[in-house]
Amino acid sequence: MTTQTRTRPRARPDALRPLSELEALEAESIHIIREVAATFAKPVMLFSGGKDSVVMLHLAAKAFWPAPIPFGVLHVDTGHNFPEVLQFRDEAVAFYGARLQVVSVQDYIDDGRLHERPDGQRNPLQTVPLLEAITDGRYDAVFGGGRRDEERARAKERVFSLRDEFGQWEPRNQRPELWSLYNGRHLPGEHVRVFPLSNWTELDVWDYIGAEKIFLPSIYYAHEREVVRRDGMWMAITPVTPAAGGEQVELKSVRYRTVGDMSCTAAVLSTAITVAEVITEVGLSSLTERGATRADDRLSEAAMEDRKREGYF
Amino acid sequence: MSATLATSSRRTLLRLATAGSVDDGKSTLVGRLLFDTNSVLSDTLDHVEQVSRRKGLDRADLALLTDGLRAEREQGITIDVAYRYFATPVRKFILADCPGHVQYTRNTVTGSSTADVIVLLVDARNGLVEQTRRHLAVASLLRVPHVVLVVNKIDLVDYSEDMFTRIATDFALLARSLGVRDTHCIPVSALEGDNVVTRSHRTPWYDGPTVLGYLEAVDDTPISVGSEFRFPVQYVIRPQSAQLAPWAASAPPVDGDYRGYAGKVESGRVRVGDEVVVLPRGSHTLIEGIDTPGGPLEVAVADQSVVIRLSTDLDVSRGDIVAATDAPPAPLREVTATLCWLAERELEVGARVLVQHGTSITKAIVKAIEGALDLDLAPGGTPTWVPSDRLRLNDIGRVRVALASPLPIDDYREHRATGAFILVDAEDGRTLGAAMAGPTSITAGLPSHLVHTKSDHNGRGPS
Repeated sequence: MTTQTRTRPRARPDALRPLSELEALEAESIHIIREVAATFAKPVMLFSGGKDSVVMLHLAAKAFWPAPIPFGVLHVDTGHNFPEVLQFRDEAVAFYGARLQVVSVQDYIDDGRLHERPDGQRNPLQTVPLLEAITDGRYDAVFGGGRRDEERARAKERVFSLRDEFGQWEPRNQRPELWSLYNGRHLPGEHVRVFPLSNWTELDVWDYIGAEKIFLPSIYYAHEREVVRRDGMWMAITPVTPAAGGEQVELKSVRYRTVGDMSCTAAVLSTAITVAEVITEVGLSSLTERGATRADDRLSEAAMEDRKREGYF
Repeated sequence: MSATLATSSRRTLLRLATAGSVDDGKSTLVGRLLFDTNSVLSDTLDHVEQVSRRKGLDRADLALLTDGLRAEREQGITIDVAYRYFATPVRKFILADCPGHVQYTRNTVTGSSTADVIVLLVDARNGLVEQTRRHLAVASLLRVPHVVLVVNKIDLVDYSEDMFTRIATDFALLARSLGVRDTHCIPVSALEGDNVVTRSHRTPWYDGPTVLGYLEAVDDTPISVGSEFRFPVQYVIRPQSAQLAPWAASAPPVDGDYRGYAGKVESGRVRVGDEVVVLPRGSHTLIEGIDTPGGPLEVAVADQSVVIRLSTDLDVSRGDIVAATDAPPAPLREVTATLCWLAERELEVGARVLVQHGTSITKAIVKAIEGALDLDLAPGGTPTWVPSDRLRLNDIGRVRVALASPLPIDDYREHRATGAFILVDAEDGRTLGAAMAGPTSITAGLPSHLVHTKSDHNGRGPS
């Protein structure tokens, strides 16, 4: 039924040598993903097309091969997503043979369930559609691509993070997580957020993308784009983020380190067009990934912590 | 595991836990490790400098790098285990930063359960304190392979060799009494940066490694690699028809009727053709294949996630453990264990709980509490088991637990993964306790009939 040739079994050159960093991280993530599939009634994986979620989907596909991924993927579309990323999302879902469900922030705004914020940012508006999708879909486990190295509120996040009926995170009420015995028991109405990439750093993610030859949306690599300097960050000129009066529009070679909403995700100047060049750049860059590019985390000193408590990832 | 991964980076992963009491300068040490390995990027550092200035400090307070939640910043304390990441060209480090005071045992047990190394801090002016003994007892009970004592604030005792030697000697004695074998001591000033990442010229009498040097060089072969093969089955892979996955490097190994068992090798290694036993039933069979999307493997080793196929058509399911035929753990109806109690609710004899072990979960009743570890020690004292009829939050006890269905639980001293289990509240799902099966490494005060020898567990003979 296939024309692919079978590869010959390989012996590890030195079976007593510890696994490499990437091998160990991959094995840990796959173990977590399998635990969830085996012990929850209805898991779902968040998928935005961003690099962390692509790596997570790739790991899910590997975890169950040669069977298909036994759960669906969910995207909360803010309506301000980069078109390149949305196209990629659909291609990636088809490539990995997953089922995609999309909930739209725009629908919520159009029928009045949500209102546009004065600052125009839509990331904070994702929480309500996400929580309703979780309730309506009766999902009891929700995979997210969050990493503990991203932000200090996340440094204390568990791999299995219990959320109450309101989707809230209570840092004082988290379960101790011992060995690799993950406790996903929960009461009706509660659900568990699961972070298989908890122990990965930004550099690990890129190293893995390079090693596994994982495809990403094109905007992760350097391209020319019209941008303005705003608040110390390079913001793209798009239909939802036009230049303000007096702002000088420049054509720059840029790429994105994270692909959130267009209204709050900034580009960084870059000439990196390959994974290796990105790795060099990330390794040398003197700004953290969120600090460089996320206006939503700058809202207040505890911005991420507040959004986590409310049920954002 | 794919070919690309096996041949790309050879950097390895080392997991460490830090522990110390309040004001030992742990946050400063961790901040210093992050800072001096260039793991702090400029925006984070700007933030720390701003906050330091606001507090009226004349230099960046590196302890602020590890500040976490708002409540912690407001109260100037750390509440929960925080995970930090730093790397050098040879190793990546995952650091579980365990706070010193609130719920100290709970946090240290959590951080230590996966640690290869514990970094223990003391203040050079105070030497070993009660917390040091507690943390070292936890390191011993959890079988953390290596313990390094950082004698911090050495600048405040004028870099005194005598002070350092006295503490190091006390520590070696204590470690021996607790059965901790691999220890090392380093004189450090985290504030000044002496011997953290760069070698200090102010401690010419010390010729050992810096903290980072130690962490880069310590043997990182997991103890699990040398133990017998254990493979808890997580998930049965049984596609209706083998999928043609466009992203996978190899085709499904068998067309049609594929049945594979997904899991992580928890210890030892296994080779195609090996005879194995499926527990708890005890059926013998052979390993027919080891599959990964990157291609089949000849051998799988500890910590690898793989799919195995067995040569006979057994009814294997989640919760079973595939094990080496040499000295497999006997399925137990009743297990004796050292238990760290992590819940506010007290444990009393007769408590009904759930036991989660490997990939199985079963009902259980706590039949007996045989003692609690007395850690409130006079200086120089050794932790000792004392009679107790209950365990409170942060207590460590010896318990006997009856299991509703038999579980093949190993001796924790040889199998950290399959010798461990957790107790879970059957009603609200809370994690109540962390248990290590079999004899304890701390024997002082145990009545002689309770001092278990190796042969008591699983009916195995002494090795």
